[in-house]
Amino acid sequence: MEVQLREIRKHFGPVKANDGITLSVPAGSIQGILGENGAGKSTLMKILSGFQPADSGDIVLDGTLARMRSPADAIRHGVGMLHQDPLDFPPMSVVDNLLIGAPGGVIPRRREAAAAIAEEARSLGLSIDLRAEVGSLTVGERQQLELLRLLWLGARVLILDEPTTGISAEQRAVLFSTLRRLAGQGKTVIFVSHKLEEVQDLCTRVAVLRQGRLVGAALPPFDVDGLVNMMFARQVSPGERMVCTPGEPMLRLSSLGVERSRIRLSGLDLDVRESETIGLAGMEGSGQSLLLRACAGLVPTVQGRIRLNNADLTGKPYRQFKKRGVAYVPASRLEEGLIPGLTLTEHFLLADRQGGVFIDREKGRRLAQSRIEEFNIRGTPANRVESLSGGNQQRALLALVKEKAKLLLLEHPTRGLDIESVIYLWGKLKERCLGGGAILFTSSDLDELLRYSDRILVFFSGRVSALLDAATTTVDELGQLIGGRGV
Amino acid sequence: MSLLAPGLGETSGKAPKPRSSNRQRWINLGLQIGALFGAFLLTSIILLIAGAPPFEAYKEIFLGAVGSTRSFSNVLVAWVPLLLAAAGVLVTFAAGLWNIGVEGQIVLGAILTTWALRLLQATSLPPALIIIVAMVAGICGGALWAALAGALKTFGGVNEIFGGLGLNFVATALTLWLIFGPWKRPGIGSMSGTEPFPDRLALPTIAGLRLSAWSLGLGLLAVLVVYILLDRTYFGLRLKAVGLNSRASFLLGVPTWQYGMLAFLWCGGLAGLAGAVQVTSVYHRLIPSISSGYGFLGLMIGMLIRYRATWVAPVALFFAALNIGSIQLPIVLKLDSSLSGVLQGALVLFVVLMEGARQRYLRRVRAAVLPPAPSTPAALPSPPGPDALKEA
Amino acid sequence: MDASTVIVGLGGVLSASAPVLVASVGETFAERAGVINLSINGTILLSAMGSFAVAVSTHSLLLGFLTGCVIGAAVALVVAFGSITLRQSQVAVGFVLALFCRDLSYFLGNPYMGDQGPRLSSLPIPGLSHIPVLGTLFFKQDIMTYFSFVLIAGAWWYIFRTRQGLVLRAVGERPAAAFARGARVNMLRYVYTTLGGALVGLAGPMFSLSIKAGWKGTISGLDGIGWIVLAIVIFGAWNPVRVAFGAYLFGLLQWLGVVLQPSLPGIPSQVLQVAPFPLMILTLLLVNVGNAEWVDRVLASLPERSRKWVARVLRSLRVLPPRSLGVPFERD
Repeated sequence: MEVQLREIRKHFGPVKANDGITLSVPAGSIQGILGENGAGKSTLMKILSGFQPADSGDIVLDGTLARMRSPADAIRHGVGMLHQDPLDFPPMSVVDNLLIGAPGGVIPRRREAAAAIAEEARSLGLSIDLRAEVGSLTVGERQQLELLRLLWLGARVLILDEPTTGISAEQRAVLFSTLRRLAGQGKTVIFVSHKLEEVQDLCTRVAVLRQGRLVGAALPPFDVDGLVNMMFARQVSPGERMVCTPGEPMLRLSSLGVERSRIRLSGLDLDVRESETIGLAGMEGSGQSLLLRACAGLVPTVQGRIRLNNADLTGKPYRQFKKRGVAYVPASRLEEGLIPGLTLTEHFLLADRQGGVFIDREKGRRLAQSRIEEFNIRGTPANRVESLSGGNQQRALLALVKEKAKLLLLEHPTRGLDIESVIYLWGKLKERCLGGGAILFTSSDLDELLRYSDRILVFFSGRVSALLDAATTTVDELGQLIGGRGV
Repeated sequence: MSLLAPGLGETSGKAPKPRSSNRQRWINLGLQIGALFGAFLLTSIILLIAGAPPFEAYKEIFLGAVGSTRSFSNVLVAWVPLLLAAAGVLVTFAAGLWNIGVEGQIVLGAILTTWALRLLQATSLPPALIIIVAMVAGICGGALWAALAGALKTFGGVNEIFGGLGLNFVATALTLWLIFGPWKRPGIGSMSGTEPFPDRLALPTIAGLRLSAWSLGLGLLAVLVVYILLDRTYFGLRLKAVGLNSRASFLLGVPTWQYGMLAFLWCGGLAGLAGAVQVTSVYHRLIPSISSGYGFLGLMIGMLIRYRATWVAPVALFFAALNIGSIQLPIVLKLDSSLSGVLQGALVLFVVLMEGARQRYLRRVRAAVLPPAPSTPAALPSPPGPDALKEA
Repeated sequence: MDASTVIVGLGGVLSASAPVLVASVGETFAERAGVINLSINGTILLSAMGSFAVAVSTHSLLLGFLTGCVIGAAVALVVAFGSITLRQSQVAVGFVLALFCRDLSYFLGNPYMGDQGPRLSSLPIPGLSHIPVLGTLFFKQDIMTYFSFVLIAGAWWYIFRTRQGLVLRAVGERPAAAFARGARVNMLRYVYTTLGGALVGLAGPMFSLSIKAGWKGTISGLDGIGWIVLAIVIFGAWNPVRVAFGAYLFGLLQWLGVVLQPSLPGIPSQVLQVAPFPLMILTLLLVNVGNAEWVDRVLASLPERSRKWVARVLRSLRVLPPRSLGVPFERD
């Protein structure tokens, strides 16, 4: 099915998420959509798949104008979207999952549906255990299920939004071959990603979005540098690598085993030295966050020992870790990191344990003001945190880390931030290293990992690679390890 | 997070109040007046359905409340437990908890006060001392019962709404058992309660009235203490943090479950004190429904004043006046006295609905102005409650 | 106590439990969609009073029952409106309505206290009612008790065997995903909350026009039933069959409380009748115990083999509520 987007516009307040995008995708192609965070890819796809209405502009499918007012509308037109986290129902069975939303009478035809899906799967070379509970499937399998469901419902346009996060290399290969097969059948695949390599590998055409506009398109063979240029349109030089000389081992993990839901780390040995920064790479859900949480005492370990400065903290609760200088900064700012409803001053008063019974507002205000200045937060002490922008919230989060924290465990510390904020924040973080502090952080940004870590660990499905020297590792090597080759 | 997994997704339902501009202050005021008007309108309609003249009824309630010194003093007598209960639930509301068990906490306070009085009444200790000990026992009783609900929640994952409800019923059963069993009046147990305590074992009252200046003082003091606690102390700040986002509070170093328990203890203690006051100052014995619904009314008052301590006293007085004022209704107008409950319920209902309307209006205004949430971390979570810490 | 008295007594339990059963199944529907209706205690009182008043005035049982339904649905509609459209806390709105409706029922019902109203009569099914034990138990009941039997099966079939039931479960489980599949989440929540409310409203007249005929105001013995219904829904794991079991268990305990009372002097019957509540707490404890954080810690400290075994036991005991229960759904 041919897809045409004409002059799609969507704004949220003063922000133009999509600013007159016109794109033509011929049937049977695998269209890559590249762009950095905030470029407008998600918004565009939400519009195409019926999740959001455009302010103006048209969607034309196979020459006919299509009005999408809801995702159900979209699927009726043959457009289906596969989300990063498949929108399915974990406690229900695979067959039930398929039937929800499918047209039909009062009594659902389970056997027929099961047979149809099995057939669909077979034709694509996939296999699904139909009796399993969806919650017990891996992310990759859930994706496959969702894909099969969309095809079963007659989707001729498939939109995939960052589908390769959290799936294994084998599953990715299967996914890609499936997509190629589908394209060969005349279906249209739209592949949204910021991963250049995958786009290069899979797509038959590429469009690049930046700041709500379509800034370029390309056909294979792709000029990667050119694509990057179009995506970022500036050569950002983050400056020299900041190197601090690592000192003595501060955190020692021996034979560490942690398990949580479906992820399991075992037999992990790691020494983290003072002033050192270790980046944890890998697909989300491969175990990096689990490790960070274990090192903060938030998740109990089932095996092995954690020693911090020669004190054995295995099995101790989070507050013990905190007392000994461990600081954990979660990824979700407003859900786990900050308290919507409270002001910046109140946050700082909470973070630094105050003596006395009665609140000293003046002291709090001065404290907040000094932190605001130090971290360049655009806000006043009396601002409630939910009124700050994302970048400033992240700065606030990092500003809340105690001065005397010696081990910083950061989950995606710069997610969603613009490049200037990233550089600034890392500047502040590296100051800690100069003072002897150590940093363990997770990130999906390979450049960030290579630039700011001293050493890198790659996680893949609970397996951990050997420590890599960041200075000598290339993006390629890293990407391969993240993809599972060699871990 | 669902209501029933130990991490409550949505408890008191209070969205953080945005900084109000002047225009918004006028809108707020307008909505509050609208709520008042709506409640009276609804109640008047109900009165008309019952075949009663609305203004006549309101007038009778008014007269029944302030018509005489005696009746007004009764209003003040009813005011005290309301002050205590409302002040208490404000603490638990701050922590994001729905302490439905406050009724049972009042009852346990009354039970333990009675127990202490019974124990000490035959001794030669000075009455003032006995009364003080008994009231302390009452505070402990309420606090204990609340701690039980808190423990069920913290360690058993039992939502405090259901734990509290169950414990309320258990408390009632306990009272009945005591009144008809070990503490029954000589002869035969009856619904009129236990043997009344001698006059010396009661809080001294004002000249011939049932009102005791002591209990009144305690009630007002409680409101003041809670106000200061929540607004001016670090304890209050941490409590509020836990109520707004317990996960983040935990990560910032606030011992969440301890604060949850402390909130329960505070509320339970105040509720227990209310029970103690009812025994020593009002009924002078243990009766079956000693809590008289004051606990639930306290929760309603909390909801009405949007969980802030500033307006507790006047609103509680108003509610007490409604209660006492409507006692006359069956005699004077042949109407059931639960009209006061109808009016109170209507008020709270309208306030809650108006608040919803206001937020809806604000959402509309904001949606046109602000950018959307970034696609990864969500922008605004629903107001959460204190979770037994759940790892994501 | 001889066997036939016991059988008759048990038959009585089945009909005495019927209102609670109907209300519980109704609330199950609402909670399956993700909405908790805390107003039930007040609704039952109000619908009992209202249906009695209408039945007395019109001498029509049918109108009485219909009124009960309408009242239940209306109150539930307010809960739905307050929580879905206005996005206020379901707990807040429900709780206020519980108290408001209760006081309203006492107020408006005052003139009807002590009145004699029409009463549902027993409707033995010819032929079947003569079967020895089963006949007395199941086929000598009144029409609403028969309805309750049918409701158990019907509700179960609807929720687990029909397409709409699938969608209902989907909405309660993950409204965002259900929405993506084309379900009109908020509309469905309205529908099921109101439907649940109608069933809850039906319980009122099942009391005041049948089992506890008449309206007695504050001593009607109905205050508190609504709270136990909420507990039964949890105990029943949102499954109509198990919920029915819970309702019958409660009825049985009530009956036993009355029956055993002579043998336990000194303990008033009220105490025994309150006994089910601690049982409910115990159940809630059991079903939630797997979720507490300290349990995780204890689990982690167990050796591997026992950990897997204990985890499996806990998982089987665990009852999963509809995940979105109590959480408002916002279309992006």
